[in-house]
Amino acid sequence: MAGFKYAAPRELDEALQLMASAQQPRPLAGGTDIVDQLKTGRRTADLVIEMKRIPQMQRFDVEADGLHIGAARSCTDIRSHPEVPARYAALYEAAGLIGSVQIQNRAALGGNICNAAPSADTAPALLVLDARAVVASSKGARLVELDRFFKGPGQTILEKGELLTGIFVPTPAARSASTYLRFIPRNEMDIAIAGVGCYLEIESSGLVKRARIALAAVAPTPIRARIAELALEGREISDALIEAAAEAAVSAARPISDVRGSAEYRKDLVRVLTRRTLQACVQRINAGERAS
Amino acid sequence: MAKIPIQFTVNGEPREMMVEPAWTLLRTLRDELLLTGTKEGCSNGNCGACTVLVEGRSVNSCLVLAPEADGLEVTTVEGIARNGKLSHVQEAFVQEGGLQCGFCTPGFIISATALLRRNPNPTEEEIRLNLAGNLCRCTGYDKIIKAVMRASAAMASGGAPAT
Ligand SMILES: Cc1cc2nc3c(=O)[nH]c(=O)nc-3n(C[C@H](O)[C@H](O)[C@H](O)COP(=O)(O)OP(=O)(O)OC[C@H]3O[C@@H](n4cnc5c(N)ncnc54)[C@H](O)[C@@H]3O)c2cc1C
Repeated sequence: MAGFKYAAPRELDEALQLMASAQQPRPLAGGTDIVDQLKTGRRTADLVIEMKRIPQMQRFDVEADGLHIGAARSCTDIRSHPEVPARYAALYEAAGLIGSVQIQNRAALGGNICNAAPSADTAPALLVLDARAVVASSKGARLVELDRFFKGPGQTILEKGELLTGIFVPTPAARSASTYLRFIPRNEMDIAIAGVGCYLEIESSGLVKRARIALAAVAPTPIRARIAELALEGREISDALIEAAAEAAVSAARPISDVRGSAEYRKDLVRVLTRRTLQACVQRINAGERAS
Repeated sequence: MAKIPIQFTVNGEPREMMVEPAWTLLRTLRDELLLTGTKEGCSNGNCGACTVLVEGRSVNSCLVLAPEADGLEVTTVEGIARNGKLSHVQEAFVQEGGLQCGFCTPGFIISATALLRRNPNPTEEEIRLNLAGNLCRCTGYDKIIKAVMRASAAMASGGAPAT
């Protein structure tokens, strides 16, 4: 690894000053992406700035308005929080798919989002949960819809000097459910060939009030499949409707062919995974209804 | 690049040393502290040979920068046996023959130890899932899984707790 300086600030202000003053600063959360990128020269840095000792980055609060998670919180932290599994199921599931136990113990939510891989597993989960990115610079803070956060593979809207301090996930509505599914050739330790996140809100009449569907690894960034959402909203949930939405999701995908799978294969996966995530959400909503 | 000071605890012993920011924890443990039980395999977090405990959680030490360990507690495979006595996990690996060439073994011992501390009675499926971040090219895994189940049973039958 080429040499760099290292700072482990304990205050956000100090981190922001370092971000603003260094030539080529690199934030480090869990290091599971950046350390290898620095080793192999895919990224360079003159200053590596550790995020984990900054209190805001370690925030984990469930409040009336929703979940506030600091950017340096690991997948394991997210998986261990009692409020996450039921209410924020898609996020819980996605965090549990990343790498191995060793990776999840380090990999931070903010790192997964800022690395901006098209295959980032927490991205579709957060997109369907309508998450916002909390961004700070020495000029102040701003809230960005996660949908607008990704610019391309490895690229985000963060400007020079800016840090992601956390993610805000609004409390999901009643009669809603979310889930995330991905396909890889084995059960763990691989990157999604395709991934689909889904959030559904269904009225007691059976009408779909709100639907959000997001796709991983089938476009230059994680994306919302709005055309599939529109196919669902305002209509009565049925197998035929789910099939139509799955078909629509395929039309939103713009996959490439690579070693992991051909574009055609990825499209087929989008269809199958969209159908399965929608079915799972319907089942969860019905089960929740019976339970209450 | 100029070295910076860190203080951390390794296998229960406080250490103070100078590290280069670009050194990994793996390199620091092996080349500076001569704790060569921890192995370097793939160097990118896939094989698990470099697994150590940091603050009780298993991590790939090849993906940890040395300065990140400042103030933290690190346990390597050398810190698992106590007073010359193997832990339940180590003993079970010996009994079941859960190794051949042995290169991956320290990483498996650490991952299995972390698992059993969290979940003393895992199912076979849970064991396989929890060891997915450790690769072994010799055993075919079955004997490793059996070793972890044996360690779990030995712990349950009231032996001293696995370290
Ligand atoms: C073996 C292995 C398996 C993996 N499997 C998966 C998988 O299944 N699914 C998946 O999605 N990913 C996977 N990954 C990738 C990686 O683990 C995740 O992307 C992880 O969430 C990254 O988080 P981190 O905290 O380690 O990020 P870091 O490496 O610390 O940072 C990642 C990027 O984000 C930037 N950054 C970090 N924090 C901030 C901040 N607060 N503000 C601004 N920028 C910031 C860094 O500068 C860097 O560019 C895997 C990696 C490995 C090594």
